[in-house]
Amino acid sequence: MRELRGLYIIWYRDLLRFWRNTGRLLSSFIMPLLFLVIFGSGIASSMTGLMGGGGNFNYIEFMFPGIIGMVVLMAAIMSGVSIVWDREFGFLKEVMVAPMSRTTVAIGRTLGGATIATIQGVLMLVFIPFVHISVSIGQVLLILPLMFIMAFALTAMGILIASRIKSMETFQVIMQLLLFPMIFISPAMFPTEFLPSWLNGAVKINPVSYAIDSLRQALTTPPPGMPGFGMSLFGHPMSIAEDIAIVALFALIMVSLAVWSFGRQE
Amino acid sequence: MGKIIEVEHLVKKFGDLVAVDDVSFEVEEGEIFGFLGPNGAGKTTTINILCTLMKPTSGRATLNGFNVVRQQNQIRHSIGVVFQDPSLDIVLTGVQNLYIHAYAYGVPASVRKQRIEEVLRLVGLWDVRNKTVRDYSGGMRRRLEIARGFLHFPKVLFLDEPSLGLDPQTRYAIWDYLLNVRKREGITLFLTTHYMDEATVAHRIAIIDYGKIVALDTPEALKRMVGGDIITLKTGNIDVAIAEIHDRFGIDAQWDREGVFFEVPNGEEFMPLLVSNFKTEVHSISLRRPTLDDVFLKLTGHEIRDEAGGDTAMRRQWAMRTARSRGGGMSH
Ligand SMILES: Nc1ncnc2c1ncn2[C@@H]1O[C@H](COP(=O)(O)OP(=O)(O)OP(=O)(O)O)[C@@H](O)[C@H]1O
Ligand SMILES: [Mg+2]
Repeated sequence: MRELRGLYIIWYRDLLRFWRNTGRLLSSFIMPLLFLVIFGSGIASSMTGLMGGGGNFNYIEFMFPGIIGMVVLMAAIMSGVSIVWDREFGFLKEVMVAPMSRTTVAIGRTLGGATIATIQGVLMLVFIPFVHISVSIGQVLLILPLMFIMAFALTAMGILIASRIKSMETFQVIMQLLLFPMIFISPAMFPTEFLPSWLNGAVKINPVSYAIDSLRQALTTPPPGMPGFGMSLFGHPMSIAEDIAIVALFALIMVSLAVWSFGRQE
Repeated sequence: MGKIIEVEHLVKKFGDLVAVDDVSFEVEEGEIFGFLGPNGAGKTTTINILCTLMKPTSGRATLNGFNVVRQQNQIRHSIGVVFQDPSLDIVLTGVQNLYIHAYAYGVPASVRKQRIEEVLRLVGLWDVRNKTVRDYSGGMRRRLEIARGFLHFPKVLFLDEPSLGLDPQTRYAIWDYLLNVRKREGITLFLTTHYMDEATVAHRIAIIDYGKIVALDTPEALKRMVGGDIITLKTGNIDVAIAEIHDRFGIDAQWDREGVFFEVPNGEEFMPLLVSNFKTEVHSISLRRPTLDDVFLKLTGHEIRDEAGGDTAMRRQWAMRTARSRGGGMSH
């Protein structure tokens, strides 16, 4: 009971901070907007041509789930920042003497960060009219848990790193070093067959690839006869369930490590 | 009344540095207990151990009957902490900071709102409760931290340099709230400071230097350790005054530029005796009591940095206030 209370209040505080920070809310729109405008108009036609497929392939449709995934990824990882922030501004001490276990604190923050990242992902759906795809209520309901599991895994990763790092600068550097490979060595922006083949292995061990693949499968139908559109593992094309199982496994590992690491700091 | 804190042979090392060096002491329930010492003496480290933020290298400490290493959750429920360094969420408002704290500590929903209003009014922040803490002044932030510290009815409130960086007015105000709350709710106060005048608020003071407790007693007893009070007479007739003091009290007075002076154990009681029937003409009489500065100097051979300044008028006002509000409510 006490731990549940702790879990709730830690989660609640994260959300409260998020709502009070309209800047963070608005800035989450900037990057996807840029991508949609730049890539959407300029590159879309040439990509569509490149892919062949006789005009069946719509690049914007392909890219949109990738952008949602990217927004969720960035938002999730950045919640690690708030831990470093709390340490710098001293609030972490207040949390550390509160009557709740370190495990509760770590999981509460992961849930908070994941919720915020999911909200930011959902907000991206306002772009649907501009990308001319049709999305049903059922599809929206399906991507909610997909986004949340992805967000949970990556928030846990952010917290794991933040619990080991004392300065904001170091954290930012590490985040940048992680963020870009995780996005670009994945099918987020381009079908993976456009990547050099030596990166294929890296795509497959990047859990973000599966998270984005699950979103893409949930939101779009691949044009017939288009290899490389979706993820496959050992030659086996992944279903949504298989994709998300991999992400969930990654989430479990990350949150365990985050809890362990968070509990060990003095 | 029982002991609320018991510390035995506590040691904390950081590598080669012994920050807390075999410290033992006890704090009575309801007491105001003070740690007085210079920077780096080990005050915060001791508090961190008692608050479960750090594990001791060796030794044993209990609080409210709970072991600080093995029963962390029970300890955390029993204490409130005002940290030396800022610890507020400055993105949130004052009332949101308190709400989160009250909720985390399980203050029942039925009293939560009322209690938050009560403590906010007590520290004079009710009118700015919905302002973001980022827009608070330093003094307002400190008051909010103190309000948060006792919000959840703790048994022990730790105050690590509670009035650091505050102007005298705010310091007095803060101590007014604190002494008030202690009286009403029976909280034990554990305070650290290097302000001498702030330390005298405590019932007992442990003087700590380089991680060791060098003395532990009431402020009065500590001051008696350095000797008695010094009475100084200004007179036009030094020789006659010295002779008269010798004849009537058997005290050998000395003199310097300031006048004739001598030491007595209890100056306040001695002064009336002296002035009744004193034959020699006297222009003025003054009494200087030993300060904790003198005590510290005598015990450690070096001076504590005293940022409180030497303004005697301010000290007197301070002493009067603390003496007034400290009385009562304390039974050993
Ligand atoms: N986490 C830490 N790691 C290493 N050394 C530390 C740590 N915390 C404190 N110390 C050292 O331990 C000693 C005691 O520090 P502490 O903070 O307890 O002093 P203090 O009495 O609170 O001083 P101040 O009046 O400056 O607050 C200092 O020499 C300090 O440098
Ligand atoms: Mg300190």
